[in-house]
Amino acid sequence: MIVADPARIAATDAAREAIATLRAARGGSFMFVQSGGCCGGSVPQCLPDGELIVGDHDVLLGVVDDCPFYIDDRLDEAWGRPSLVLDVAPGHAEGFSLGAGDGTRFVTLPSADVPT
Amino acid sequence: MRYVPPGKPGSVVTVEPRYENFIGGKWIAPTHGKYRTNLAPATAKPITEVPDSTPEDVELALDAAHAAMDSWGEASSTHRAEVLNAVADAIEANKEMLAVAESWDNGKPVRETLAADIPLVIDHFRYFAAAIRAEEGRSTEIDKDTVAYHFREPLGVVAQIIPFNFPLLMAAWKLAPALAAGNCSVMKPASPTPWSILKLMEVLEDVLPPGIVNIINGPGADIGKALATSPRIAKVGFTGETVTGRLIMQYAAQNLIPSTLELGGKSPNIFFDDVMAEDDAFFNKAIEGLVLYAFNKGEVCTCPSRALIQRDIYDEFMARCLERVAAIRQGDPMDTDTMLGPQVSAQQLAKIGSYVDIGRNEGAEVLIGGSPANMPGDLSDGYFFQPTILKGDNKMRVFQEEIFGPVLAVTTFADEAEALEIANDTLYGLGAGVWTRDGNRAYRMGRKIKAGRVWTNCYHLYPAGAAFGGYKISGIGRENHLMMLDHYSQTKNLLVSYSPDALGFF
Repeated sequence: MIVADPARIAATDAAREAIATLRAARGGSFMFVQSGGCCGGSVPQCLPDGELIVGDHDVLLGVVDDCPFYIDDRLDEAWGRPSLVLDVAPGHAEGFSLGAGDGTRFVTLPSADVPT
Repeated sequence: MRYVPPGKPGSVVTVEPRYENFIGGKWIAPTHGKYRTNLAPATAKPITEVPDSTPEDVELALDAAHAAMDSWGEASSTHRAEVLNAVADAIEANKEMLAVAESWDNGKPVRETLAADIPLVIDHFRYFAAAIRAEEGRSTEIDKDTVAYHFREPLGVVAQIIPFNFPLLMAAWKLAPALAAGNCSVMKPASPTPWSILKLMEVLEDVLPPGIVNIINGPGADIGKALATSPRIAKVGFTGETVTGRLIMQYAAQNLIPSTLELGGKSPNIFFDDVMAEDDAFFNKAIEGLVLYAFNKGEVCTCPSRALIQRDIYDEFMARCLERVAAIRQGDPMDTDTMLGPQVSAQQLAKIGSYVDIGRNEGAEVLIGGSPANMPGDLSDGYFFQPTILKGDNKMRVFQEEIFGPVLAVTTFADEAEALEIANDTLYGLGAGVWTRDGNRAYRMGRKIKAGRVWTNCYHLYPAGAAFGGYKISGIGRENHLMMLDHYSQTKNLLVSYSPDALGFF
């Protein structure tokens, strides 16, 4: 595993609330892994922590409320090693990802797009 | 003409208020009695309700598949081919109905489902019906008294998880070879498109022997995972994104079973200057070849979403292409004149908008489109995005990541070497297009591009018999070809001695 230094992940209040709600509902801890490719690509997958075996070429972008956020090193490089912000948006979770509750799912935004 | 939307009086498609899982040839309510509403992308209004299944339902489907496994696996290839041909005939007899249902569930224009999706589904079953009849084992004479016989035997029960972009065609791509090879399937459709395949099962419920095909709808985090991790499956086939692809391989490793994956792409479509040597039919075809990025609203794993254009023709060629893009008729997918329908879901629409913003912030120039499209009347809440072209360079994120919308990223190149360098500068390697009047150059490029499919002077053709699959992180395995029978069977070797003589060791 590669550790980004400094961390390149932040989260909106809505994302932190969704994590708290998910923790209350399902118990346990969670991990996020940025996905790429078709269909449900470009979204972070929210999984029970440890569900995906983290490899030597995964980058830990940072930790959001005790939840590690990873991206494949090649994807990170192709995207220009961006800073990302975890947020929630309406819609169903894709792939094997957990939803963010109430018909919402987790998304990542480029940090420049987040209102400050 | 305009088809009446499913469920409305006069429609060719009837819609029940609620559908169940299709398990063991019967319609079975989900164990926990939970359902969710399925929306039509064109209107954002409900179509029907579908099961929100749980792992208990996965077990029911696996029970049914296992109950059918032996008799289907032992059925003669003649019989299996008869069933596949009967499936094709039944679909053909309901072609218009299924084309309209598919269009309404996914949002793709009905002109595409009538002319491409459903005819390809029909042909796919016929192709594998033929392939399995022609299948032969091999035998080898090891020596004059010893023969090695090789038989292909089915794997058993396979899990198949399909995407939302071609719900029926992707089902056919996975089901036809699996069934031909003698396997039974438990299939999970994609959450945004759970319904058209249930209409297909209505058509096939008296055609398929019970239990050989089982369809369960529900969330991937629950039933997708329960299916992929089950020790009762012999293989997983998956089409989707990369993290789920990794999870599938991980689960398969834990059960020591094979998996095949198709994980998307960012396909280059390369136009050399000689395409403009004449203003003729071929040049017209090349223009259409670029505009094919808008086919199925760009929700195609092989969407030709990076156009690489030789610099000396860029201005003139792009002007002609922009005229063609501006002429795209966007709107009601039920209208046979519509060329571009709504995206599959609100989240897909939001994702596309977000990518266009990322492109703008990176300095890409918007040549056309760039925003959600406003539609009148019933379509005003639909998930429409304008056909869009962004000009930039290959290092931008919009050139590196699958947007899965009608968004083309275009750049230029000086010569063959630079075209190749840009084409291969991607994590993915699913499809590519090469357009030139120079056959030698087309061949050189085709061989050097690192992608599983290089369309040469064509694009977006998907005939059965042309192997489809990815290089690099675009996936593992091939579909759409009789080599799929290898992916869905295992080799049984009988090593037989016809000699009475002992080895003499003991």
